Order: sequence, then C-alpha cells, then structure tokens
Amino acid sequence: MSDVMQGAAGDYRISRSTPESTVGLIGAAVVVAVLATLPWWDSDGSLQTPLVVVLYYLALAQMWNLLAGFAGLVSVGQQMFVGIGIYTMLQVAEVIGLDPFLTVLVAGVVAAVLSLPVAAFAFRLKGGYFAIGTWVVAEVLRLLVTESGTHLRGGDVRSLTRDSLGGYSLEMRTDLTYCLALALAVGATAIVVFALRSRLGLALRAVRDNEAGARGLGVNVTRTKLIVWVVAAFWTGCTGAVILLNTNSATAGSAFSVLRWTALVIFIAVIGGVGSTTGAIIGVLVFWFLDEQLEDAENWRFIILGAIAAVMALVAPRGIYGLLQRWRPLQFFPVRRRLVRSGSADEAA
Amino acid sequence: MEWINAVIQGLLLGGLFALFATGLSLAFGVMRFVNLAHGDLAILGAFLAVSTTATLDVHPFVSLFVVVPIMTALGYTLQRFVFNRTVGEDPLPSILVTFGLGVVLQNLLLERYSADSRGLDAGALETSSLTINDDIAVGWFPVVILVTALVVLIGMHLFLRRTRLGRAFRATSDNPATARLMGIDDRNIYAVVMAIAFATVAVAGVFLGIRQTFGPSDGPAQLIFGFEAVVIGGLGSLWGTLLGGLILGVAQTVGNQIDADYDLLSGPLYGHLIFLAVLAFRPTGLLGSRSRS
Repeated sequence: MSDVMQGAAGDYRISRSTPESTVGLIGAAVVVAVLATLPWWDSDGSLQTPLVVVLYYLALAQMWNLLAGFAGLVSVGQQMFVGIGIYTMLQVAEVIGLDPFLTVLVAGVVAAVLSLPVAAFAFRLKGGYFAIGTWVVAEVLRLLVTESGTHLRGGDVRSLTRDSLGGYSLEMRTDLTYCLALALAVGATAIVVFALRSRLGLALRAVRDNEAGARGLGVNVTRTKLIVWVVAAFWTGCTGAVILLNTNSATAGSAFSVLRWTALVIFIAVIGGVGSTTGAIIGVLVFWFLDEQLEDAENWRFIILGAIAAVMALVAPRGIYGLLQRWRPLQFFPVRRRLVRSGSADEAA
Repeated sequence: MEWINAVIQGLLLGGLFALFATGLSLAFGVMRFVNLAHGDLAILGAFLAVSTTATLDVHPFVSLFVVVPIMTALGYTLQRFVFNRTVGEDPLPSILVTFGLGVVLQNLLLERYSADSRGLDAGALETSSLTINDDIAVGWFPVVILVTALVVLIGMHLFLRRTRLGRAFRATSDNPATARLMGIDDRNIYAVVMAIAFATVAVAGVFLGIRQTFGPSDGPAQLIFGFEAVVIGGLGSLWGTLLGGLILGVAQTVGNQIDADYDLLSGPLYGHLIFLAVLAFRPTGLLGSRSRS
C-alpha cells in the first residue's frame, strides 16, 4: 500500500488515498448496498427497469475508458465483443442448454479468446487507423454471423426461449439479470481502480504519456496493451450476454450495432471524462437523465449525446469530471500516487 | 467469361472506391488526420444532390456545381475552426470529434430524409453500355466514374509535384514546424487539404447515389471501403490508394461471382478478407514504404 522512502528532508511515503477518496469509497459502498437491495423495495420495477440499462452501459463505458483513456487503444469495434457475448449466450444457453446465468462467464471467455486474433490484426494500426481497423473487424464478424445461414441464423430474430430459462420464474430472472448488471458495473469500476493501482497501471500511464519513453524504461508496451485489451474483451463479452438476458431477443444487426454498443458508450465516457473512473459514472448519469427526457426518440439521443461529446472533446477534453477538477481537485478513487511527508497533516488522513 | 466480366466490373467499381479514398489518403498523408465522418459526408453529398435535383429540376451531374462548392466550403470551415484544434500528437480528440460528427450527421439525415432508400436519376446514362460480346457489357457510367477517379488522382499528383501550393503541402507533411519557419501557414494548408477532401468525397457520394440506392445509415460502410483502399495501397501513397481501390473493387465483384456460383459469402466480405490479408502479410500496404507510426 505505501512504500517508505528515506530522504534527506525526512521520511516520505507514497500514498494513494485522500480524505475524499475515503468518503468516496464509503459513499460508493452505501450506494452499491442500496442498489443491491433494490429488488426488495422497488416492487413495481420503476427504477429497476431503467437501471439495468444504465448499469450495463456503465460497465461498457468503464471498459472503453480503460482501453482509450489509459491504454491509448481507441476502439470503435467494441460492439464485436457485445455481439460475441450475445451469440455465445444464444448458442450455449439455447442450443447446448447450459444455465443462462452461468453462460455469462462463458460469453466472457469466448470474447477474450477471440480478442487475441483480433489484436493480431488491429495492433498493426495506430491511432485513428486502429479505430477504423477495429470497426472493420466488428463489421466482418457481423457479416459472417448474418451470412452463417443455419449455423447462427444471424439474419433472423433469435430469442432466449422458455426452455433455456425453464428453471427460473420471470420475476427471479428479472432480478438476477439486474443483480448481474450491477455486478458488472461495480466489477468494471473495481477492475479499472485496481488496474490503475497496480504495476500495470503505472506502466499504462507511462505508455499513455510517452510510449517511446516508457519503452526505454523497460515497459513491455505491447504486452501491457494486450492485457488491457483481453480484460476489456472479457468484461464486454459478459456484458453482451447480460444485455441479451435483458432484451431477450437479437439479430446480428442489433447485436453488432456500432451505434448502440460503441457510439453511445464513447459519448458517455467522453462527456463524463476520458481517463477517469469517476468520469464514466458521471457520463452514465447524464445519459440516464437525457434518456428519461427523450423517451423513445432514439435519433435525437444520438444527435444530442454525439453533439455534446464532440463539443466536449474540443473544449473540455477531460469531460465534466475535468471541469469539476478545475473547480476543486477532488480524487474520489484512490488511484493517483502522491508523495506525503510522514507526520504531516496528510498522515492522519 | 463471366469471371473476366467480374474482374472488369470490379475495376470499374474500384474507381468509385478510389474516389472515396482520395480524401482520406490526402488528409492522412499531409496532416496524419483520420476523419471518421468521411463516409457520412459522402452520404451528405448524395442527399444534397437529391435536394438540388428536386428543387432545381436538374440532372445529377449539374447538381455537382451546387453540391461540390457547398461541401468544399464546409470542409475548409470545419478544418479551420474545428478540426485544427484537434491536430496534434494525441489522436484521441480528432477521433472523438469526427466520430461524433459522423453519428450526429447520420441521425440528422435520418430525421430530415427518413430511413427510406433514395436514388439519383441520371437518365439514359445509367443504363447505356458498351457491348463487347455476349457476356461482357461495360456500362458507360462506371467508366465515367473510373475516368473521374483517374483524372482526380492525376490532377492531385500534378498539383502536389508541380505547383507552389503543392510544394507547401509536401513541406507541411514532412515537417510542419520547419514549414512554418519558411513562412507557410500550416493551419491554412490543413484547411485547404480538408476542402479538397470534402470536394472529392462529395463527387464520390453523388456518383454513388447515381450508381445505386442509398440511405442515411450507409456512411460507415463507405468509410470502411475507403479506409480499406488506403491501407491496401499503403498509407500516404496516392497511387497506392488507386491500386487499393481497384483491388477492393475486383475482390467484391469476384466475391459476388463466387457467391452466385457457390453460395458462400457475399461480395463485401471478400473485400474485407483481402484487407485483413494485406494487414497480416504486408502491413505497410502494397505501395507503402514509410513506417506507419
């Protein structure tokens, strides 16, 4: 947690927690506890129904943020992992007959395994070309699923039927899906926080700030990026499976939709703040608020969020979180290393 | 014989891809800028032509005299006042701004023109063809597209090699800081590059609209085809872009022929597979030599 360093001016130690991060963690624990008990007190589902969507978008946004904000991998192809998750769920739960809630993990594993050959192609491209490259791979997968004929039946609407969900009542299934979405959102946030606190996080930020410099200091850049890529693929694949549990039916077009699973996610992360864990949470709250106002006007959702995100990228590259930081530099997640003098006021915190 | 026909049709289709890719290739070559809204801008051009032909009751070719100046001005303005703020070491801002623009544009077109497929009617030109023998007939309009692509690319080549402004383009591409020291206004150069990119993509969009039906959501596919042409040919090489477009066109039409004969996969997938193969075995592209960083 903290390393003691002997210096000429006295004892220094590296600390990552701040007073507000302690408050932040307690606050987060309370919010998660309240959300986890929601199925018991929100009986009509008026909060639960929109929250499932908000939670899985938070999971997707944290993962995109980890890729783009910390590893410099600006992917526009994350919909491929959502699609892989959805079709794994359809094949494994529906055709093989494994428990649908266990299949969520299988979906993650399949996405992680398939992310390796994708990396072999996409990692040859940099920056904007990496972005379009991942998009092409997602498009290829969409076409392959669409044209797979009787194998995956991507051209048809496919649903999870009664058979594969036989063991669960509708209510139990709704609650379990909600709990899984919550676990994915909390887990995604925790992954980013722990990744940043670890050696990997230090390497990631070094790579982000100066790739050649990081290489010079002995960071294995490709390996670092690959780890992040596979972790994000795993988590996005799991999220895809949960998305199907919630929506129940899909086509190749909806499962591999760049607008729904990548564009919206990017807008959420950018509005909240790229490169910060709190940012994705702020972004998803903005998304939720806007969605409630717009109801079913899907086009306007894309137009308004896209326009805000584009303007944000120009005038406030660190999003709403960055603007808040300018006002008061609070650190709600204990991820940034600071040098603290032992015995000073900070020590007590 | 039908295979020879597929190759010929592919080369003609490749002309359109090359025309799409020219703007991408130029913007990347001069300022390392990747415009993710490129495909949506082509579709915008096509819809502008729909409105122009309907309002003024003119041939789609005539509408080019309205559409191209509008798009050129839009390109200059966007680069000068918006995109230039994102040019730099970090590619993230430019990706986010252009991606956001593309999504907004696509959905605005959807609101304005609905999701229905449209087409531009070029009259007799669309159907008239040159019959070579029983199996091979070459449509005049695809020939017009290919010739236009060649004229644009040759014109661009001469412009870059022979004119003062072209030299400024190359200087800025090599080293913007030094170019600035020589009195070149790199911000202005970038805006001119984007104006040219928008002009060519507008022409490509209008041609696409004459060639086939299109809808507001067709932009990303066009971006991807253009991007594949650029990467297959090699980043930063205009002749490579032409070659890449032709290869992509042939891959798609030959793919369609395979699909018709053996019912495997549709045409665009073969184009994507050729792209992935080039990426795997020759990541610098066929004519590219410089590193991709």
